[in-house]
Amino acid sequence: MKLGYFPGCTLKTNAKHFEDSAMQVMEVLGHPLEEMENWICCGTVFSMTTDDLMLQLSSIRNLLRAENQGYDELVTLCSMCYNTLKRAKEFILNDEENLRKVNDFMYREEAKFKGTTDVVHLLSILKDRITFDEIKKKVTKPLKDLKIGAYYGCLLVRPKELAIDDFEDPTIMEELVDTIGGEGVVFPYRLECCGAYQTITEKDITVKRTFEIINSARNAGCEALITSCPLCAFNLDQRQKETSEEFLEFSTMPVFYFTELMALALGQKWNKEWKKLHYINPVPLLKEKGLI
Amino acid sequence: MKKIGVFICHCGINIKGAVDVERLTEELADYPGVAYIENYMFMCSDPGQNHIQDAIRENKLGGVVVAACSPTLHESTFQAVLKESGLNEYQMEIANIREQCSWVHTNIEQATHKARLIIKTAIEKLKLNESLYPVSAPVTKKALVIGGGIAGIQAALDIADAGFEVIMVEKKPSIGGHMIQLSETFPTLDCSQCILTPKMVALNKHKNIKLYVNSEVESIDGYIGNFNVKIKRKALYVDPHKCNLCDDCTEVCPVLVPNEQEEGLSWRKAIYIPFPQAIPATYTLDLENCLGLEPIACGKCREKCTAEAINYDATDMIIEEEVGAVIIATGFDLYPVENIPEYGYGKYPDVITSLQFERILSATGPTGGEIYRPSDGKVPKEIVFVQCSGSRDPEHHLSYCSKICCMYTLKHAKLYKHKIHNGQPYIFYIDIRAGGKRYEEFVQQAVSEEGILYIRGKVAKIYKEGDKMIVMGMDTLSGKKIEVKADLVVLAMGIVPSEGSHDLVKTLKINTDDKGFLSEAHPKLRPVESLQAGFYLAGTSQGPRDIPDSVSQASGAASKALILLSSDKIYHSPIIAYVDEDLCSGCTICVGTCPYGARELNEVSKVVEVNEILCEGCGACISACPSGAAQQKNLTDDQIDNMIKIIASGK
Repeated sequence: MKLGYFPGCTLKTNAKHFEDSAMQVMEVLGHPLEEMENWICCGTVFSMTTDDLMLQLSSIRNLLRAENQGYDELVTLCSMCYNTLKRAKEFILNDEENLRKVNDFMYREEAKFKGTTDVVHLLSILKDRITFDEIKKKVTKPLKDLKIGAYYGCLLVRPKELAIDDFEDPTIMEELVDTIGGEGVVFPYRLECCGAYQTITEKDITVKRTFEIINSARNAGCEALITSCPLCAFNLDQRQKETSEEFLEFSTMPVFYFTELMALALGQKWNKEWKKLHYINPVPLLKEKGLI
Repeated sequence: MKKIGVFICHCGINIKGAVDVERLTEELADYPGVAYIENYMFMCSDPGQNHIQDAIRENKLGGVVVAACSPTLHESTFQAVLKESGLNEYQMEIANIREQCSWVHTNIEQATHKARLIIKTAIEKLKLNESLYPVSAPVTKKALVIGGGIAGIQAALDIADAGFEVIMVEKKPSIGGHMIQLSETFPTLDCSQCILTPKMVALNKHKNIKLYVNSEVESIDGYIGNFNVKIKRKALYVDPHKCNLCDDCTEVCPVLVPNEQEEGLSWRKAIYIPFPQAIPATYTLDLENCLGLEPIACGKCREKCTAEAINYDATDMIIEEEVGAVIIATGFDLYPVENIPEYGYGKYPDVITSLQFERILSATGPTGGEIYRPSDGKVPKEIVFVQCSGSRDPEHHLSYCSKICCMYTLKHAKLYKHKIHNGQPYIFYIDIRAGGKRYEEFVQQAVSEEGILYIRGKVAKIYKEGDKMIVMGMDTLSGKKIEVKADLVVLAMGIVPSEGSHDLVKTLKINTDDKGFLSEAHPKLRPVESLQAGFYLAGTSQGPRDIPDSVSQASGAASKALILLSSDKIYHSPIIAYVDEDLCSGCTICVGTCPYGARELNEVSKVVEVNEILCEGCGACISACPSGAAQQKNLTDDQIDNMIKIIASGK
């Protein structure tokens, strides 16, 4: 079973700390990530337009290249890459005519797209392949007393066919938090929309969502949030600036990628560069809990 | 050779419009074997039937072909004509020239030709027809009723009152079913227990009814009118005749178990009486939870019992009964609430099911009929009811409407309002389905006078904030997201066939629909009969329904069973398979192909025999038989051969 890693655009820029920490985690766990070659944009948002296959091509090209490079599975960290690649694959494979058309169009590629490479999210690899029991054995600095809310958003669990866990009541991230010694807190708004791309055109919507989600987490006792989606992370973290201005009673909360906390728990050093990519400074909380 | 009469019907213009009946009458008059032929406007009319009778008498006919409509409509009519004329009714053949000819063709020339061929095949078949007599078997004048809920009780009482013996088998320690758990019933708000207990008592005291509780049907063999039933009765650790209901045993029993009758809202002991009005009124020792029947392990209840009613050495028993008819009334369960995790049942004690709320409302329930919420015993000031919990959601849950939830939810809201005057009930609904006598009035009165707020939309999620439950949903009339803060949430769960019924239908080979509800023989015209002869359906085992419908259906099933029980013999069509013993090699291929279990190898003669009562004449064994030993009466290979020759000749 050969695993390939598909980074996607944000993991090399705004979510560099997500990639760095994930690399460290997988190294410690003995399954280092191997980045696939020649990857391009994942396709961003999966297009629901059924009669324009051009919109699926970017996703399919990535999958085709992964196939040609001999990967049985393609691992993503970003929830959106996971969602888009996986849906595009199902959409094209489910219709022979679509499959023929995209293959005809991609005639310059080395081989035909067959759909043999599976798209998997890192969380599934951690739970099903490596198993939480194995991870637990490698924890050297448990996240003692840290109450963490797992924010799933939509992309990991919708549509339900590709959900990495129960689509109405997922527990995979809470279980992961418990595994690394923290306390996974289930809070009501963990599956509610973060506002997604409204953040560009209708910023107010996102600000209100951020307020509601973080408040909901705070009321449930969370001290920090984790996520696996760079867009959610942007909305929930960066937009706390506007949220604080808009809602006077709002109090801020650090937002992490789940791998950052995993890296710390597995004994890795906190990278000072990561702090720059956070809007809400996570260092005081980490210091308070004795993690750095 | 048999003298054959041919009678061609016009069926008004139904046949005559496409088939030239006059020409056929002329042409077929000379066909070999035909001694008489005529055509008439309506053969099925009284004058038409008289024509046939007269012709039989005057021409001394030995057989009759009626060229008319499908045999499903008038075969029995014309068979009766033959019988009255002194001929065997199996000397009559129908040539279907309506459904299979005139209705589907417009070209008169071609249709007439086709009708000619159809009539000729019928004549050829009739030539070799034998005179047959219906197969008969005796009827055991006793019924079995499976399930002791309201439907089973009603069916048992009806049959017993008509003078026939009834065996009732109930899985639980008492009869009463779900109805005994209910507080009041819609739309009259009369007390459920008050109207049910008299029927339970009547059943228990009825001289014609034998009741087995804590029992399950293990197998049913035989056939309509003659079933052999094996009933497994759990060990009677408490002798009902000795037990004086003093309740001393429960006081000393150290084991606490969630009380099923109270839907887990309170506790019972391992030795217990299910509820005060239980029938039979006796204590039950629940072996699964008892510390053990060894006096060393516990034995407290037996020491305490002054009536010496407790016997740890009792064992399970297999009871055998013979019955003629079986009524299945195995009832329903709520849709598993764990399947809707977003509603938080199990996580939050203040999210409860509709049956739990019934128990809270009931005077005999854990709160004595006072409304308190389970978490902290507070009186709920705001309460939300979620209709269609599990129902009408084909993508995730049940595709069907559970039919009773609109009405029972409204009843819940009303009863709540009657007890807590300043409380506010909210009901989330998709549609309000109030089709029933005085149901719509019940709804309107609640909306206009009782201050019950209906919110049209589905609930997305329920969670807790502080000590309130937040019900998040959509108000589809205003198009806005809505969050209602409530003290208690009641999920109006959909209903599914009871768990026990799944195994039972497998053992009995009873047909069910894709949802697991028992299938009726015809959705409109035979709603209380199963396709399996001798089995009748009552209550929610056949589909979601309320009490009035369950009771009417149970009485319907009982009257169908009574038709069977009041006959001395059952008769069966003689158009069935038979075996030519000289040809049969005993290979038993036919035994496996028979869907009715009608074929069996005679170990002595080494040939296969046909059980004439079980055989339905489907013909499966005949086509499977490699040696031609299996034949259908009046549809032998020779007859089929002759018919094919006519068709193949095209003349």
